[in-house]
Amino acid sequence: MTELTQLTLSEARDGLRKGDFSAVELTQAHIKSMETNRDLNVFITEVPGLAIERAKEADHNRSHGKAGALEGLPLGIKDLFCTEGILTTAASHILDGFTPPYESTVTANLKAAGAITLGKTNLDEFAMGSSNESSYYGAAHNPWKRKGDPRYLVPGGSSGGSAAAVAAHTCLGAIGTDTGGSIRQPASFCGVVGMKPTYGRCSRWGVVAFSSSLDQAGPMTRTVRDSAILLAVMAGHDAKDSTSADMPVPDFEAALSGDIKGLRIGLPCEYRPDGLNSDIAALWDKGVGWLKDAGAEVVDISLPHTKYALPTYYIVAPAEASANLARYDGVRFGLRIEGESLDDMYAKTRAAGFGAEVKRRILIGTYALSAGYYDAYYLKAQKVRQLIHQDFVSAFENVDAILTPTTPSSAFPIGENSDDPISMYLNDVFTVPASLAGIPGISIPAGLSSDGLPLGLQLLSKRWDEETLFRVAGVLEEAAGFSGLSIGGEG
Amino acid sequence: MTFLIKGETETWEVVIGLEVHAQVTSEAKLFSGAPTYFGADPNSQVSFVDAGMPGMLPVINEICVEQAVRTGLGLKAQINNRSVFSRKNYFYADLPQGYQISQFDLPIVGKGTIVLDMPDGVSREIGIERLHLEQDAGKSIHDLHPSKTFIDLNRSGVALMEIVSDPDMRSPEEAGAYLRKLRSILRYLGTCNGNMDEGSMRCDANVSVRPQGEEGLRTRCEIKNVNSIRFVMQAIEYEARRHVDVYESGGEISQETRQYDSNNGETRSMRSKEMAHDYRYFPDPDLLPLVFDDDYVASIKATLPELPDEKKERFISEYGLTAYDAGVLVVERETSVYFEDVAKDRDPKAAANWVISNLFGALNKMGISITDSPITADNLGKLIDLITDNTISGRIAKDVFEIMLEEGKGPDAIVEEKGLKQITDTGPIEDAIGQVMADNPGKVEEYRGGKDKLIGWFVGQVMKQTGGKANPGKLNELLQKKLAP
Amino acid sequence: MSLDDATVRKIAHLARISVAEKDIAPLAKELSGIMDWIEQLQEVDTSAVEPMTGGADMMLNWRKDAVTDGGHTDKVLANAPESHEGFFGVPKVIE
Repeated sequence: MTELTQLTLSEARDGLRKGDFSAVELTQAHIKSMETNRDLNVFITEVPGLAIERAKEADHNRSHGKAGALEGLPLGIKDLFCTEGILTTAASHILDGFTPPYESTVTANLKAAGAITLGKTNLDEFAMGSSNESSYYGAAHNPWKRKGDPRYLVPGGSSGGSAAAVAAHTCLGAIGTDTGGSIRQPASFCGVVGMKPTYGRCSRWGVVAFSSSLDQAGPMTRTVRDSAILLAVMAGHDAKDSTSADMPVPDFEAALSGDIKGLRIGLPCEYRPDGLNSDIAALWDKGVGWLKDAGAEVVDISLPHTKYALPTYYIVAPAEASANLARYDGVRFGLRIEGESLDDMYAKTRAAGFGAEVKRRILIGTYALSAGYYDAYYLKAQKVRQLIHQDFVSAFENVDAILTPTTPSSAFPIGENSDDPISMYLNDVFTVPASLAGIPGISIPAGLSSDGLPLGLQLLSKRWDEETLFRVAGVLEEAAGFSGLSIGGEG
Repeated sequence: MTFLIKGETETWEVVIGLEVHAQVTSEAKLFSGAPTYFGADPNSQVSFVDAGMPGMLPVINEICVEQAVRTGLGLKAQINNRSVFSRKNYFYADLPQGYQISQFDLPIVGKGTIVLDMPDGVSREIGIERLHLEQDAGKSIHDLHPSKTFIDLNRSGVALMEIVSDPDMRSPEEAGAYLRKLRSILRYLGTCNGNMDEGSMRCDANVSVRPQGEEGLRTRCEIKNVNSIRFVMQAIEYEARRHVDVYESGGEISQETRQYDSNNGETRSMRSKEMAHDYRYFPDPDLLPLVFDDDYVASIKATLPELPDEKKERFISEYGLTAYDAGVLVVERETSVYFEDVAKDRDPKAAANWVISNLFGALNKMGISITDSPITADNLGKLIDLITDNTISGRIAKDVFEIMLEEGKGPDAIVEEKGLKQITDTGPIEDAIGQVMADNPGKVEEYRGGKDKLIGWFVGQVMKQTGGKANPGKLNELLQKKLAP
Repeated sequence: MSLDDATVRKIAHLARISVAEKDIAPLAKELSGIMDWIEQLQEVDTSAVEPMTGGADMMLNWRKDAVTDGGHTDKVLANAPESHEGFFGVPKVIE
């Protein structure tokens, strides 16, 4: 039965269609995997009972010819999506006990398509982080380890739990959110495929908000095809989200033609700074070769404002977060620490409820918006953001997609980077620009570092053009031939 | 007419600016589909969006946009085809999101004007600085429990129009006139019901003083959330005098937010709002800019009713009414409609007189509005007709009016029933005159002896004799003849 | 841009997060470091640039005025740390 957890999502989908096994069998296998991988701490909440119930329903539906696109497929859900009746924590103490009386649009879409929730995956608190170390529920662990080194490594963040859960075969796929790289970066660290669609492609209704103009939901899977299948169900206009685009959802799976002849791929020189990790530089060169072999034309491009992307992000995101997190005040849900007065209650509750990184970002954001500083910081950052966006618009007049590394390093040991916030922020140097511009991006596991850890390559395309992204990603994946972890999580 | 405070050392004038929060008339709230009606059970009209739950997002209600534009047009103001929603960030228990979605540097409506009708007949133009849309907060209830405050979020998220005046007012009377006029315009437009006692219209008054003739503005204080026009006027007067007292005793006024206590007529500082707020406004990233075109504005303009100022002008020119009477009749649209029904094909001055001098007083006493008047416009008109064609006298008409109020019947029926038709025939009047003269020979002597003023007494007696029904003109004519020596 | 202790206390109050006295100075240092790193944005010439609003190619969605929500008091109060007879309860506020 354990072979069931070795299947990709599309293989499992096909297997269910052919009747090779039942949804109950499939789900039970993954529940078992979830249990045996508890040391990874990738799930905050497991819901095996509900999952089996849903699996039975799925088998029933299928036998009556009513199977949805994801009928009977067990998934992990980042604990940032509000799931009705299931504890939702955003990995924060301040949401203790919060059980939403509503379902996020994205997870409702998955449910409507027949998907099964196995549990809520671990993440950096309120999605703020690149290592999943700031979670109130403890760090999640990367199932990959360095050759000859027993230390647990970070899975990346903020969607570290989802990435690791997929890499360790505890679910067929998972969903995460990406604000500055929170899907792509952990995907790279865990050797899985992580995709951030165009801003506005997926609804944000019911997703615990971090930075409203940047947050986007996206799929995390072991293959590009799986990613396309999941995104097609997640995406779509939602009238309840004013930033959700009224755009038709293309057939993403059909975009996987395998043919990229004549496509132009850009290589931004700013993504190859001095001192770029040599494994990563070498992998990038290999990626270029694969694309050329497949008939694409590769050109050098420039995205001149790249280096300002991180500081821009670290004004915009904390500013928006400082307002989005003001609702966590102990009045209507979550943790409350009693106080002598209302203000005292607020101050004590929020001091106890938020972790250090969240507090840092709220304070930075509050400062950047405060009287006298709005123009110099927030307004300035939004203008630089426009320039970063313009860089991409200009580039895409000349190329169809852009190839870059996903991360500046492979996964590092838990605890190694936690002292210096800025060095943690630098993990997102290659992913943040695309977030600021609102364009889609995908990370594909392309190779291993010299110490045996996964490295990802990132592809970016212009807004609403996820199809080109999937097309090129499929070819790259084929060429790279990356094999993930086998059962048990050993590399 | 200027309002001045004579202090020990100076004569001071008051500078007043008013901020009115008017609840938009709509079925649902500004950014959620929860209902807006008044008086429901606590937290029963709350969407998860209004409760600021995690992951919730705002979606704008099209009617609220329309109502704001309509109001802007009614205030002769500039309509901004592009405006932006901003977050106003602060913490309070009735503000679930920890910020209010409002508008900051790009409001939906810009500069406009309101014309005040002052009692001395003078018109004053008061500038409107802007109007913007924003969310209302919930309600904090402090007096249901000794150590707890209870929060009801029913009102959280209801659409408000914040209307900010220029600091152009110079007296409590002008402030009162401004509020009455604004309320009148809002009710005409149907964009807000103006019910201050229900809280659908609230006023913050900004008050400062300065020596008469001084240019520039001194420090002002804000008196928040006053819920009646009378209290606003009282609060302003109290606050102005307080400022004068402070200045004249050598002190300084510090910028404060204050509350008016209607029990003792004083304002006091609000402790919780003492620290200057840093609202950290920034454009709300959950919403896109609010954009519409000139056609949209024009389509709303086409639906505007005739507004109070225009109607008043028309009543003066078309009906020949005095400015005062016209002003009174147009305050409420329903009243102006009633009046015009009565005045149709009749003497408008008589119509105005009956409505203002008789009907208003009666309705006020009964505590009802003109829409609930037991006397319809049609029937009041008929009553006037009965006087005009001499069927009844003016005196009798007043009695009929009272009966109409009580019974809600038409005047013809009442006159029939009670036999109140005027007596115009010579015979019965002469008989009555004869009777009175016979009963009072002494008075007849006196009159014929030169006491002309006794004619009034005789008129009264003959009227009584005829049960009040004698036609006064006829009575006078015959009486003069008969009494003549 | 360096933040001094007084500024940190002020921001912490604006954000309603209580910070122990002993933590103020280290926090000031940390936040100053981050703000110094962000200072490089001032190098960029943005004189001819409009600020970006997310979703630039979309139009604001206008909803019809209809009651489609509310009427679920129990759900609204379900997660409340303290509620009484339909109200949320908080420490008494004196105005």
